[in-house]
Amino acid sequence: MTELLFTNARLIDPEAEAPQPGALLIRGGEIAEVIAGPLEDGAFPGTERLDCGGACLAPGIVDLGVKVSEPGERHKESFRSAGRAAVAGGVTTMVTRPDTSPTIDTPEVLEFVSRRAREDSLARVRPMAALTKGREGREMTEIGFLMDAGAVAFTDGFRVVENTRVYARALTYARALGALVVGHVQEPGLSAAGVATAGKFASLRGLPHVSPMAERMGLDRDIALIEMTGASYHAGQVTTARALPPLERAKANGFDITAGISVHHLTLNEFDVADYRTFFKLTPPLRSEDDRMAAVEAVASGLIDVISSFHTPQDEESKRLPFEVAASGAVGLETLLPASLRLVHGGHLSLNRLFRALSRNPARRLGLPGGRLQAGAPADLVLFDEHAPFVLDRETLHSKSRNTPFDGARLQGKVRGTWVAGERVFG
Amino acid sequence: MTFRARHLLGIEPLGQDEIVALLDRAEIHANEMRDGVTPERRLAGLTQINMFFEASTRTQASFELAGKRLGADVMNMAMGSSSLKKGETLIDTALTLNAMRPDLIVVRHPHSGAVDLLAQKVNCAVLNAGDGRHEHPTQALLDALTIRRAKGRLHRLSIAICGDIAHSRVARSNLLLLGKMENRLRLVGPPTLMPPGISELGVEVFESMEEGLKGADVVMMLRLQKERMDGGYIPSEREYYHRYGLDAEKLAYAKDDAIVMHPGPMNRGVEIDGTIADDINRSVIQTQVEMGVAVRMAAMELLAENLKQANARGAEGIGA
Repeated sequence: MTELLFTNARLIDPEAEAPQPGALLIRGGEIAEVIAGPLEDGAFPGTERLDCGGACLAPGIVDLGVKVSEPGERHKESFRSAGRAAVAGGVTTMVTRPDTSPTIDTPEVLEFVSRRAREDSLARVRPMAALTKGREGREMTEIGFLMDAGAVAFTDGFRVVENTRVYARALTYARALGALVVGHVQEPGLSAAGVATAGKFASLRGLPHVSPMAERMGLDRDIALIEMTGASYHAGQVTTARALPPLERAKANGFDITAGISVHHLTLNEFDVADYRTFFKLTPPLRSEDDRMAAVEAVASGLIDVISSFHTPQDEESKRLPFEVAASGAVGLETLLPASLRLVHGGHLSLNRLFRALSRNPARRLGLPGGRLQAGAPADLVLFDEHAPFVLDRETLHSKSRNTPFDGARLQGKVRGTWVAGERVFG
Repeated sequence: MTFRARHLLGIEPLGQDEIVALLDRAEIHANEMRDGVTPERRLAGLTQINMFFEASTRTQASFELAGKRLGADVMNMAMGSSSLKKGETLIDTALTLNAMRPDLIVVRHPHSGAVDLLAQKVNCAVLNAGDGRHEHPTQALLDALTIRRAKGRLHRLSIAICGDIAHSRVARSNLLLLGKMENRLRLVGPPTLMPPGISELGVEVFESMEEGLKGADVVMMLRLQKERMDGGYIPSEREYYHRYGLDAEKLAYAKDDAIVMHPGPMNRGVEIDGTIADDINRSVIQTQVEMGVAVRMAAMELLAENLKQANARGAEGIGA
C-alpha cells in the first residue's frame, strides 16, 4: 500500500480557524493521519517523505460549475485538456455543467461523459445533469435515472426555467429524490439581451444593459419556490448587493439553500471591460465595485458558501467579435486559486475561510467525501506557495481555450503539487 | 496643429486642443465652400472606402462628397447585403479590405465597439461613422462647429439635448465633446429613454421640457426611432409629441436667441414641429448638414496627414 508523509507543511484545514504547521500521512488513496506540530524524532520510519518546505497543504479544490466542452465542442476543451488545467490549478474535482451539445439530459449521454472523464481526466469528474430536457424549460429530465447514473446535481446552466409551473414541479420531484437543484438567478425578461450591468459604464459604452435588480428578482422567485416545494437548492452565482438580504433571510428561515459566486465577480468589476475587451464578457455581467465588495464580505461571513471558476472555454473566433455578439464566459480552472488568493492577500479572507468556499462547502453541498483535511478523507490535496508571484501568460495555460481575463495580470500563489486519490497528478 | 491621432474612433480620447484643431480646419473648408473656392486636392491619389454595415443615406453621402472634394478615390461598399450575410466575420472583412491597401476607411456598424475592433486589424486610418449606441464623432464635431458659428463661442453655453438619449450615439458623442469644452449640459427626455447612471457624468437630467429648456442657448433634438414608438419605451407617438415634441410653446422656455438643432432625418410632428424646423431665425438644421461635409473633409485630411507622417517614420525606421 503506497504511503507518503508530507512534512514541514502549513496545514489548511477548512474546519480550523488558522493554518497549522504539521505533517500529513496518506495511505491507499486516503488521508491516514494528520499530525499537528513538529514530528517526533524517528516517527514513521521507512515511510516515503515529501518536505513541503513550509508551503500550504490544503484539500483539493472542488470546482462547482465547470464546462468541459465534451460532447460537441471538443476543439474548445476536452476532458484531457480540462483535467490537465484542473490539476495545474489545484482543482481535484470538477463538477461539470450539462450545457453541452447535445445537452446532458439523458442517462445515455451522462454515461458517455462519465466514460470519457474516466479515460482522459486527471482530475475527478462529478457531472451535473440538466433539470429540463434540452434545457428548454418545458419537461423535467429523468432525474431518478440520471442520479443512478451519477449526476450530483441538476441545473439548466445559465438558462432560467421561465415557466414557473414547470419549475415548481421539477423542484417538487427533485425534493422527493433528495436531488440538489442549481439555479441561475436572473429575471429573464429584464435581463434579456443585457451584456453589461446598468450604470454609468454601460451607458458610456452604449452597451445593452441589465439592472442588477434582475438578479434579486430571480433569487426572490426561486426562494418562494423553495418555500413552496421544500427542495434543496443552490444559487449558482449571487453577485449583487441587493440579492444578499433575501439570501440571508432565506437561510435564517431554515430553507435548504446555499449560494455560490465566480472568482471573477469577486476580483473584477464592470470597468475592467474597458474598451470592449470580450474576455471580460461574462454571465452574469461584471458588476459595480460596490457590488463586488458586498460579495467579498458575504463570502467572508459565509453567507455566500462557494467560490468557483465557472470555467467556460471559448475559442478565439467566438470572442473576436463586437462585444454585444461575442461569446460569454472565461476559463478559470488554472486561475481560480491565485485569483481567489487576492482576497487573502487583500486581508478580506483567511486562508482557512477561503478553503471552506473552495473545497469544503462545495463537497459538503454535493455530498462528496472530499474537502476535508481529516483521517478517512480522500487524499485529494493541493500543495501551494501562497506568496509566489508571477505574471500570467495565457499561452502557458493547459486549457485548449485561453480566454482568461487575467492575461498579463500580476498574481500570487503557485501550485507546487496536486494529488488525486493519493496519486501525484501535477508538479 | 495638434490633432495627431491615427484614427477618429470617438470623442472620448480627444483633448480640447485636438477638438479645436479639427474645428479650425473644418471652418476653413466651410468658408471656402461658401465662397465657391475649389479646395486643394489634398487626398488626391488616396483611396477612401465607405463601409456601411447599417443603411445610411445622409452620412454616407456626406463622407463621399467630402472625399471627392479633396480628390480621393471613393468606393462605397453596401455591407448589409454582402459578406456578413455569408458568415464572414468582421475581422475577416477588415483583413480583406486591408489587403486592398486603402488609405481611409469610413465605418458604420450596428454594434457598439465594432469600429474599434476593426481599427485594430488594419493599417490605414479608420473613421467611425457611428457604432451602435456608442459614438458618432463627426456628428458631434459638426454640431460643435455649427454652435460655434452661430453663438460665436463653444464654452459656457447652456445646451439641452432632448429625446431618446438612451439609444443615441449622437447624444453620447455630443455630451462628451460639449462637456470637454466646458458647457452646461442638460439632458431632457422620458425616463425610459434616459441611460442609467448618466447623471454621474456631470450632466443635469430633466423629465420635462419646460424645466429642461429653461434658459438654454442651444436646443438639440434627437430622432426618435420608429421601432421605439409603440408601447415599448413610450405610450404613443402623439403622447410623445405632446410632452417632448419641440413646438413654439416649449421653445419659448429657452433663451430668445436659442438655436434649434437636429441631426436628421427628422420626424416632423413627432420630436419637432415642422414650422420650428423650417424657421430660418431659429433652426440651424441646414447649416448642420453643410458643416457635416466641412468637418468630414477636415477629419479625413488630418488623418491622411498623420498617416503619411507615420508611414514616413516607419520607412525611416523611427518609432513604431
